[in-house]
Amino acid sequence: MLGSGIINGLIVTAKNFAGSYHDPERMVTVEYPEQKTVLPENYRNFPFLITENATDPMGTLRCVACQICEKECPPQCIIIEKSKDKKPDATGKLQLYPAIFGIDTSVCMSCQICVEVCPFDAIKMDKVFEIATTDRFQDLFLDRERLAKPNSYYHEIHPVEAAEVDGRLLAERKAAEEKAKVAAAAKAAAAAAKPVVTPPPATP
Amino acid sequence: MNPFTPSAPTPFASAPGPTVRAVHDEFHGDLLEVSMGPQHPSTHGVFRMVATLDGEQLVKLKPVFGYLHRNHEKIAENTTYLGSMPYTDRLDYLCSMSTNWAYALAVERLAGQAVPERAQYLRIIMAELTRLVNHSCLVGFLFNDLGTSFTPLLYAFREREKIIDLFESLSGSRMMCNYQRFGGCRVDPTPEWLAAAQQLVDNFPRFLDEYERMLTGNEIMLARTQGVGRLDATHAINAGITGPVLRASGVDYDLRKVDAYGFYAQFDFRVPLGAHGDTYDRYMMRILEMRESVKILQQAFKRLPAGPIMDPKAKLRGFRPKAGEAYGRLEGPKGELGFFLISDGSPNPYRYRVRPPSLINLTLLEEMCLGHTIADAVVILGSIDIVLGEVDR
Repeated sequence: MLGSGIINGLIVTAKNFAGSYHDPERMVTVEYPEQKTVLPENYRNFPFLITENATDPMGTLRCVACQICEKECPPQCIIIEKSKDKKPDATGKLQLYPAIFGIDTSVCMSCQICVEVCPFDAIKMDKVFEIATTDRFQDLFLDRERLAKPNSYYHEIHPVEAAEVDGRLLAERKAAEEKAKVAAAAKAAAAAAKPVVTPPPATP
Repeated sequence: MNPFTPSAPTPFASAPGPTVRAVHDEFHGDLLEVSMGPQHPSTHGVFRMVATLDGEQLVKLKPVFGYLHRNHEKIAENTTYLGSMPYTDRLDYLCSMSTNWAYALAVERLAGQAVPERAQYLRIIMAELTRLVNHSCLVGFLFNDLGTSFTPLLYAFREREKIIDLFESLSGSRMMCNYQRFGGCRVDPTPEWLAAAQQLVDNFPRFLDEYERMLTGNEIMLARTQGVGRLDATHAINAGITGPVLRASGVDYDLRKVDAYGFYAQFDFRVPLGAHGDTYDRYMMRILEMRESVKILQQAFKRLPAGPIMDPKAKLRGFRPKAGEAYGRLEGPKGELGFFLISDGSPNPYRYRVRPPSLINLTLLEEMCLGHTIADAVVILGSIDIVLGEVDR
């Protein structure tokens, strides 16, 4: 019958219209900003820098200014300048730190490559998304002070990933300590076993 | 000009027969050039059609594109292999998972990189989910072009939303997934994710039934699409058309069968074929392909093996394939999507070239549109399925 196709279609739309009042499967919209959906754990937006200690964020940045992320960043939105001096990091080893670390979020395309290539787990992806500003130059260029966020914040936004990273770092540190201990013991043993021999004087 | 003596006869004179004509009909027999776009809602982006009209009929149509050109290939030649991966998301922003895979396929061929089994299955799952997203949205957009203001599109978006929510919870981003890596995938889905995806795929045929009940038998749609924009098989093959547009013309050519890249050879699915090559066939092709995609997904979920998702030999940093060239292609939702790479042993590709299905399918737009009205041209363009990010690169 001519027109039955149209009527069938109208039945479908009528069902959906009625369903949009009571059927949860058809109630799909969320009244943002009053209601908000929960972001998934893997959600990524812009990078931030991890600090070990929230009270002294600039002193305990995990970043050692190796500049790998700066090199790998596809749109080249990261700028790093190495420090002249060295500071002890969480393990007590003297390391460089970034004197300047900036990310231009108007250029960043949230690809996460900086996170993947970082060998120190120092840069991670943030979840903030309501970042509209009226100043497109100063406010969108995030410097070191605005990028630094404590490790506890990382645990808050990516709990599973952060636990894994912390476990790995701890294991690495332990392994390094063990290795250092073994090396020190071997050195001591070698020193004890071998009496100090004065090298023969060089023949003229 | 004397209005009563017709101007020089043109080959495109109006059809003979009684017509109501104004007394001062200076334009009779003249052609009218209409520029549609680049800012026109029916052109799916910044695309311009210079249509020459005789009355309402098209006698010439010149597609003009390039408004979205952003130097994709040149940028890729100046960044590392890994650095181009997020840019490939932006090629076809509706199906970033398959564009990622096509690029990863080309680089893996170039470097001789193996991919573990689980990653291959995950790639197939992602590619087929992407096909569901693309085809359901395309049908929605096609109906938008037909004049059904938004209802089918929003129904399609409701389903698309569920799929891109899955993509978001897996890869971190809804559309710019950046999920594939050379030698595997970036994130391993959790069992909860797989269960959610399985449930979505189980429910998808219900959506398709509802969608088809609403659209397929609609008399207005049949009148507007059947016999409109015919493309015969010879023309389509000669122009290098691929994907659903080619199969709607009755040519049995699907890279999933022909190339059997990934693990597609182990999957049981059929390739739907059209008979007339008109807009209606191109619409039905999308619906049937979605049904086949659901079948592939069901098999993939059933067989998904455990294991690593990344080849242990794969390198993330300092990736330098040895000198040579490779072409990786796959059956994207829009057609054959290929990446051609030449390496000279440095961290950047020496030459990087994309074979975009949208651009090549667009080349026959004029052939399909000639003789139809301008309103049909809009529908035909909608049925080809283009994404301007890919056309202009």
